[in-house]
Amino acid sequence: MSPETPGQARVEMRAIRKVFPGVRALDDVDLRIFPGEVHALLGENGAGKSTLIKILTGALLRDGGEILLDGRPVDVRSTKEAQGLGISTVFQEVNLIPSMSVTQNLTLGKTGGRFGMISWRRARAEAQAKLSRLGVKIDIDQSLGSYSVAMQQLVAIARALDDETRVLVLDEPTASLDADETAALFGIIRDLKAKGIAIVFITHFLDQVYEISDRISVLRNGLLVGTGPTSEISRQQLIAMMLGRELGEVESAYAAHRKTGEGAEVLTARGLGRRRTLKPFDLTLRAGEAVGLAGLLGSGRTEVAKLLFGAIRSDSGVLSLEAGPVRHASPRRSIVAGMAFCPEDRKAEGLIGELSIRENIVMSMQAKGGWLRKIPRADQERIADEMIRALAIATPDAEKPVSQLSGGNQQKVVLARALASRPRIMLLDEPTRGIDVGAHAEIILLIRRLCDQGLALLVASSELDEVVAASDRVAVMRDREMIGEIASGAVTRDNIIRMIAGKDDGRG
Amino acid sequence: MTDVARLPRRRDRVARPGTHRALWPLLALAVILIVDGMISPNFFAIRIVEGRLFGNLIDILYRAVPTALVALGMAVVIGSKGVDLSVGSIIAISGAVIAWRIHAGDPHFVILLLALAASVVCGMWNGLLVAGIGIQPIVATLILMVSGRGVGMLINLLYGGTDPSFESALLQGLSTGHLWLIPTRLILGAVLFVALWLVIRRTALGLFIEAVGGNAAAANLAGVNARLVTFAAYVICGLMAGWAGVILTADTHTSDPVSVALYIELDAILAVVIGGGSLAGGRIYLGMTVIGALVIQALTTSILISGLPPEYNLIIKAVVVLFVLVLQSDNARTRIGQIVSGGRR
Ligand SMILES: Nc1ncnc2c1ncn2[C@@H]1O[C@H](COP(=O)(O)OP(=O)(O)OP(=O)(O)O)[C@@H](O)[C@H]1O
Ligand SMILES: [Mg+2]
Repeated sequence: MSPETPGQARVEMRAIRKVFPGVRALDDVDLRIFPGEVHALLGENGAGKSTLIKILTGALLRDGGEILLDGRPVDVRSTKEAQGLGISTVFQEVNLIPSMSVTQNLTLGKTGGRFGMISWRRARAEAQAKLSRLGVKIDIDQSLGSYSVAMQQLVAIARALDDETRVLVLDEPTASLDADETAALFGIIRDLKAKGIAIVFITHFLDQVYEISDRISVLRNGLLVGTGPTSEISRQQLIAMMLGRELGEVESAYAAHRKTGEGAEVLTARGLGRRRTLKPFDLTLRAGEAVGLAGLLGSGRTEVAKLLFGAIRSDSGVLSLEAGPVRHASPRRSIVAGMAFCPEDRKAEGLIGELSIRENIVMSMQAKGGWLRKIPRADQERIADEMIRALAIATPDAEKPVSQLSGGNQQKVVLARALASRPRIMLLDEPTRGIDVGAHAEIILLIRRLCDQGLALLVASSELDEVVAASDRVAVMRDREMIGEIASGAVTRDNIIRMIAGKDDGRG
Repeated sequence: MTDVARLPRRRDRVARPGTHRALWPLLALAVILIVDGMISPNFFAIRIVEGRLFGNLIDILYRAVPTALVALGMAVVIGSKGVDLSVGSIIAISGAVIAWRIHAGDPHFVILLLALAASVVCGMWNGLLVAGIGIQPIVATLILMVSGRGVGMLINLLYGGTDPSFESALLQGLSTGHLWLIPTRLILGAVLFVALWLVIRRTALGLFIEAVGGNAAAANLAGVNARLVTFAAYVICGLMAGWAGVILTADTHTSDPVSVALYIELDAILAVVIGGGSLAGGRIYLGMTVIGALVIQALTTSILISGLPPEYNLIIKAVVVLFVLVLQSDNARTRIGQIVSGGRR
């Protein structure tokens, strides 16, 4: 298992080319993955990572080049064929069936052939076993769609872990996972590695790259910039390879920004809650201040944001904005009142895939202005272009259907829509899910700058570093309860971890 | 970040969506008309008889108007990821209202408004079931589809129902009259098309309907009132069907709820689909829907003039429609392309 793995590559991709209208997504890319290695595939948003692995796994047809599996040329024309060849994939956007149960999602199409008929007892046992390998305990008879993105992601991973797997491809599997789930996943990856399975791992978390990978390949603008053993590439080198420039001092810039001032209270929740969803909580958002929302997976972060936004109805407590208490909160009323919300699940709740980037970006603005006063086309184009430039969304033009953007760039469109509506209160749920290192720093900076301009922000995130970097104050969640607040000045990673863990000690 | 500008644009193997969307339906229309021209030599001739235009092309346009109007409303509903099976019944009801009120002696322009109001009420009913209660569109509109023609007959019974025929200069003028050589219903159809286009494209309603049709949950969270928007789509569809009802009822001079506009919902859905609309929702193509309606009517007319027994009508229609749809499917086109070019394995 030395980094310089010799011998026969399990997968060899040679001179792969793929062109989409207006974009050369891959240009003569070579990639070799050896048995028993974890190969990190890195690059900016839109670099071509997902496209490359979609070609390997039969989800896309290549325009040129060849693929060899154990030295034999193969022509993978569908994900089904890929599975037959032992290539299992977890795609970036969960592509399971939300209306079906967890059991069905884990077993359908996998057991059918062998048993002829489906034995549900067997299927449930199998599903249970797959999930327990990941340390996941959920009700497997519930529909998949009733779980959070992170949980759906875990189910997708569990599905891909198959005995016949020879190549495992993971496209940003940890994008919405917490430390614990990530650790469990890495444990399994190490097991699989020991069994000689070749693993491709895409992520934007550099810590994870150094923790788990043996070799690294970096893509930029559809070109392979370099490949090498992880131990021989420093963090700085890696960032420079990915971005084509140094990251600079952004990371330290925002830490110095911390606020203590007291802005006007723009949103207050008193005893706001909902039975079986969230215990009543108090929270105040002030102009010019960012409040972080930390907690483990399933602790109720998303639910807090949705309650404040009116996407979930509360059944107790009062929510007040500057104008007074809010009755019958709804997303539309919240937006009209000057709020904006970025949902964590961009595919299911964020974007309208068929519509263009421009149409997605102006949607909230237009909803705010009402249906009668349509924003003139020229203004729409100007706003869309501004946002594309400000957030560096990689696209040939604003008319591209948003579903054709890379994952990270789709995430930027969700942010752009919220920004374009010029809100005074912004509720961000996992705002940087799937966003690359360069853009990540810029988005945190953007958040800080918005605060300076007097916006009130709520930033919910599973990444503690992000919470620490972005927020002045942090509210901590556990078991669907807000267990406390960390005041400005005391916001550190350790303090948050201690508070999250705090009560557990007491209970023993 | 990605410097896309310096990337060469790919040579057009996949044309920009705008061009190829219109290509196949227009081509189909052209082929149908050319075949007609070969079968019947004088097909394209247009004469002026008694101060109005006559000819096969005019006839196709003339007959296509009701279907096109219904299809336009259908396009809006389909854009919201719904479907309206009750349009035929709405036509029957608006027709029955016309005959009833004429027997009651109302002024005829009031009758026109009443007939349209009835169709709006029908649309509101559908909208209420779909957007308000959350019944699936096929099931929700099936209710009015099944019961609507019965409602029409009940309305006929309001005045005994013995003789539902009528004369009305205003309504028949709108339907079968002509203005400066041109059949009035073509002008009426054009005006309604423009009005609908303005409502859909010059306000944000079209965008909202497409957003709801594309992803209702996301549209809602972006601030779009998904329920109200869906409701509006069914009301618009009802109103368009109501106008078709006015034209068809005035044309036959009678209210005949049982057989007026039978199966028009199917032609309308087909017209939308031929025009590039998808039942999965999310896009409204008004202009292309009209082309779709013309394709269907041109087919019907051609089979008539070709002298084939009318039994072939539906079969030929089915074959041509299937053909257009297959050509429109990206998937099928790539496959065919591969086969034609020898097939890259
Ligand atoms: N179906 C498609 N149609 C057109 N263009 C596409 C399509 N899929 C991807 N692209 C384009 O190809 C490029 C590469 O996209 P890809 O999804 O491979 O990026 P990525 O490296 O996975 O980025 P991310 O980190 O954001 O997930 C992008 O510019 C994207 O817009
Ligand atoms: Mg990707």
